[in-house]
Amino acid sequence: MRTGNSNGIGADEAGVIEAVLSRHGHDATRLMQILREVQEGLGWLSPPVLTAIAHGLKQPRAQVEGVAGFYHFFHTRQLGQYRVLWSDNITDRMLGNVDLMARMCKKLWLKPGDVSEDALVSIDTTSCTGMGDQGPAMLVNYRPVTRMTPERVDKIVDLIRHKVPLDQWPAEYFQVEDNIRRKDALLSAALAPGDALRALRSPQEMLEAVKASGLRGRGGAGFSTGQKWEFCRNAVGTGDAPAHYVVCNADEGEPGTFKDRVLLSACPDLVFEGMTIAAYVIGARKGLVYLRGEYRYLLEPLNAVLESRRAANLLGKSILGQIGFDFDIEIHLGAGAYVCGEETALLESLEGKRGVPRKRPPFPVTSGYLGQPTAVNNVETLASAALIAVKGAAWYKGIGTAKSSGTKLLSISGDCERPGIYEYPYGVTVAQVLADCGARDTQACQIAGASGLCVAPAEFGRRIAFEDIPTGGSFMIFNNSRDMFEVARNFTHFFVHESCGFCTPCRVGTTLLGNAMDKISEGHGGEYDINDVWRIIRTLKTASHCGLGQTAGNCVADTLQKFRPSYELRLNVHDFEPAFDLDKALSKMREVTGRDDPGAHFHIAHRKSKSGIGTKMGDPT
Amino acid sequence: MSNGQDTKTFFLDDDEIPFEEGQTIIQAALTAGKYIPHLCYHPEFKPHGSCKLCTVRIDSRTVATEDGQTVKIPGRAAASCTTPAQAGQHVESEVPELLDLRRTLVQMLLVEGNHYCPSCEKSGKCMLQGLAYDLGVMSPHFPQYFSKREVDATHPDILLDFNRCILCELCVRASAEVDKKGVFSLSGRGNTKHLICNSESGELGDTNLAATDKAANVCPVGVILHKRHGFEVPYGQRRFDTAPISDNAVQYAPVKEQV
Repeated sequence: MRTGNSNGIGADEAGVIEAVLSRHGHDATRLMQILREVQEGLGWLSPPVLTAIAHGLKQPRAQVEGVAGFYHFFHTRQLGQYRVLWSDNITDRMLGNVDLMARMCKKLWLKPGDVSEDALVSIDTTSCTGMGDQGPAMLVNYRPVTRMTPERVDKIVDLIRHKVPLDQWPAEYFQVEDNIRRKDALLSAALAPGDALRALRSPQEMLEAVKASGLRGRGGAGFSTGQKWEFCRNAVGTGDAPAHYVVCNADEGEPGTFKDRVLLSACPDLVFEGMTIAAYVIGARKGLVYLRGEYRYLLEPLNAVLESRRAANLLGKSILGQIGFDFDIEIHLGAGAYVCGEETALLESLEGKRGVPRKRPPFPVTSGYLGQPTAVNNVETLASAALIAVKGAAWYKGIGTAKSSGTKLLSISGDCERPGIYEYPYGVTVAQVLADCGARDTQACQIAGASGLCVAPAEFGRRIAFEDIPTGGSFMIFNNSRDMFEVARNFTHFFVHESCGFCTPCRVGTTLLGNAMDKISEGHGGEYDINDVWRIIRTLKTASHCGLGQTAGNCVADTLQKFRPSYELRLNVHDFEPAFDLDKALSKMREVTGRDDPGAHFHIAHRKSKSGIGTKMGDPT
Repeated sequence: MSNGQDTKTFFLDDDEIPFEEGQTIIQAALTAGKYIPHLCYHPEFKPHGSCKLCTVRIDSRTVATEDGQTVKIPGRAAASCTTPAQAGQHVESEVPELLDLRRTLVQMLLVEGNHYCPSCEKSGKCMLQGLAYDLGVMSPHFPQYFSKREVDATHPDILLDFNRCILCELCVRASAEVDKKGVFSLSGRGNTKHLICNSESGELGDTNLAATDKAANVCPVGVILHKRHGFEVPYGQRRFDTAPISDNAVQYAPVKEQV
């Protein structure tokens, strides 16, 4: 209903927007949460809605639009009452997501990326949704649906056609399993809420314990947690509102990883307790969890845990009666951007901006969230810190290897009998992991995700540890029936979708690399293209602004070196063939005119067959 | 600059470059008359390091192996516009590896947008074109995107041709920092990243941009053009007809900037 509002929006819409803005105190740094909540209320972010939000926040409209346009889960065009996004990681592909999506599209008369004409439904793909052990997975209006089958596709198509609200869909569709297969020190700790906090004596003592434990960041980079906390503790807050912050990085976007999801669902108290300990050490009064948009369904359960911790005086004022120990936690949701797992991009996003990595120095420990000293730690790091508080540094240091103390959670998916979460002391061999999860005829493992390392059988004796193969936790298994070229090609397209676009090498290089892989895949590639691929990889590695771009070529470099035959099979061209395909360029015109006869083609083979000259024996005439 | 022995210096290729505390490598180099290629850097704005043309290598080492051979261990690569200069640093810039990298980056920009120099008003004074010539870029090499981009002629004095945008964000920074208007911003991401205008219609005509604004006069390529002006300088007398872009280092010399 329109009531002639000057902003071009109706009174109902204006009401929704104003309610959200007031809830967030008209604070522009909360733009991400504002956009998400307005979108949940209104369905999409129309131009007048963005104008109204910008007006309410006293920000340039273009800035608000720029933020909305950055994140995949915000839409500035109408995408239907049901938005279906199929997780498109290589592991989903191996489980048949391509055929399932095609089936769904056919039944709903849709093409991927399109919205149905009655504005009921849209179908598209998205980057790995963190359900690798229970795929093929998809998101429907940002709620995960797991274990898709042809039958499930058919039933969901019916539900959508009959406009059944999501709340009335069968609950088992939305069921997400923890699939914990192997527990070690962390997962078997069974601490009660508050146990770790009651073990605290002084910030200095706790800091020394973390340093002595040898705990290193579990996101993959492996920076010493004790050192990070010490730098942050020693840094001084600046400006009008000096403060220290703890940020929990739960933007688990690396394809194939899902261990943070399991930690947050199986032992959230341990994670929050770790944050509280970090706050105690560095002197923070506020903590933020940056939860990836794909895990939106965890928001309410996690908020309930926070509420019960407040009730038990484990959060809030004077925690456990200790005067001056004030700390509380708030959960912020991301909106579909892998790059926000990079800590400085994450901080930008937390401040309501586009998720573009900052230049460093300054590092977050001195100038992080709102320019204040900030400790950004991975979910698993924080949980491990809580464990150290209870069990002591020496005990923890005794687990693992010399330079990698403690345990590591691996998210195992792909070709094995028992995908799921496996916790090991650092130092476990790849071969041991493969044996435990029931992997057979293994051709390769991709460890640490799309940006990680592709390991061939000759290297299965190598160890998971910072000294050898460091990983954030992704562990994807490929058996002998898999095509490693296709694995690498899938990853290159992941980076095309996830590059933030800030710097030239990554913005253009990821696309050129994806295109080169497509060209080779279509049989138009030769040695010339392989040389180009190497040139692009070098450029990405040398010149990219952040780790995303620097590692975006790893998957191709690794597979080119270790699985060269999978490329050779496709290198049909000896000299050079242009990427521009004249015949393909005509496909749109063929679609429009409904023609597909030889005269509608440019390809030599087609022309020859038209005139009858050059027709090979056996060709249809 | 010449305060005797107190002046700190670093090495850029074979030259000793003096610098003041707080200057970045490119700022010190340009002040000293040494050119480092760049597109998104502008002396009047805070450097942000997105084009990566100014990438240099810092502190490469040569080590002797056991069998008497020497091996070069490359130093870290960094954008010289955002990296603070440090005393005693050895910075490589005009070396084959980096020249090749810069050619690749220029080629990447040339295929990403639609750059048809002969019909462009900025030809002869375009930084991208000037750099391409100076670096010896003979072709775009990579397959063209042929991306479909619009032209916006809604503003009375200014024409926007997005085909040529290299996403350097100079207009964004100029409008926000100098003009205090926020006329331009970026939306999309990755290969869909694009420049947007601050209006609900998306049109420049609905913004408060004035032709005299810094943002309207800072574009290094041919996106932001002034209407009723065009091809005013004859061929042969245009900026880069008379001297290559690398001859004009001091022209871009900075005042001391906050990184």
